[in-house]
Amino acid sequence: MTRGRLRPRVVFAFVLALCWAIQSMAGEWMPLARDGIHDPKSRAVKILQQPQEALSRLTPDNAGNQVRWVQALDKTEIRPREKLFAKTEVRKLDRDIILDVKGGMPAVRFPHRQHTEWLDCVNCHDGVFKMQTGATKITMFNILQGEQCGICHGAVAFPLTECMRCHSIAKGDKQPVIPPDVNMQMHRSRGPAP
Amino acid sequence: MKFLKSGLLRAGLLLLLLVVCFLDTSDVSAEYGDVVINRQAEKNGMRPVIFPHWFHRIRFRCKVCHAELGFKMRAGSNTITMTDIIEGRFCGACHNNDIAWSPENCDLCHSGKPGLPTGVFGGHETSGPGRW
Repeated sequence: MTRGRLRPRVVFAFVLALCWAIQSMAGEWMPLARDGIHDPKSRAVKILQQPQEALSRLTPDNAGNQVRWVQALDKTEIRPREKLFAKTEVRKLDRDIILDVKGGMPAVRFPHRQHTEWLDCVNCHDGVFKMQTGATKITMFNILQGEQCGICHGAVAFPLTECMRCHSIAKGDKQPVIPPDVNMQMHRSRGPAP
Repeated sequence: MKFLKSGLLRAGLLLLLLVVCFLDTSDVSAEYGDVVINRQAEKNGMRPVIFPHWFHRIRFRCKVCHAELGFKMRAGSNTITMTDIIEGRFCGACHNNDIAWSPENCDLCHSGKPGLPTGVFGGHETSGPGRW
């Protein structure tokens, strides 16, 4: 009786371990020749840098490129150039926007700092998002279709599976609870920008 | 009968778990953010271009290409010709034998499998802004 009950559990544990092994193998970066898009007959796959070589040295993540890109930048593991032309003005902004959401999900904190490390204002304003806070209606429907935040998140920036990285501000009694570490230059999703 | 039922249920669950695992891994092939550029290439007898975002973002911030060089953030929405590149626009701003290799190294960029459509590859749950 005991044996009969135990064996399926052993099998279950084995299968779980197998799944875990397969999952962790998926965490490795595919060589270019086997990535499914490079032509293995091309000279390039022997010459170009392999993802494994470059990405395995950076702060790891469990999604996307398996790299925490913002952390890699903050820790100066990478030093990407900010401009090509001397006359270009490098613009950065350190201001958080708290976007309250309908339903049960925690509110979204949008940090300008991390975004302007990579991007310029014109990449979002005034096209994808209006400059005025709250003037653009943002929906998960649009985002999941690759619009708004989904232009980058789901393609090059961390994917949409990582819900809580954006929905990070817990709700108290209907209002988002702003943690003390959040930049207080923030403003809510309605009303004009300061 | 009850045992058989739970055994079947368990086997079913295991199978589902395995399927989920394999589905997950079969998707991981192209690196996240790899872009296939093939509006002009194959029409003109060249392999499609593979643009690896991961490689470039180690060396340049997004704003360099997407603000200074004018690449729109939507795969397939930029008409990039070799004339542009040779004259120093788009890829040619760096691929000029100064910052990066010159456009004479055709097959280093034109390295994709024939027949690939233009778009973002290696995506997780969405295909990204691949529609234009």
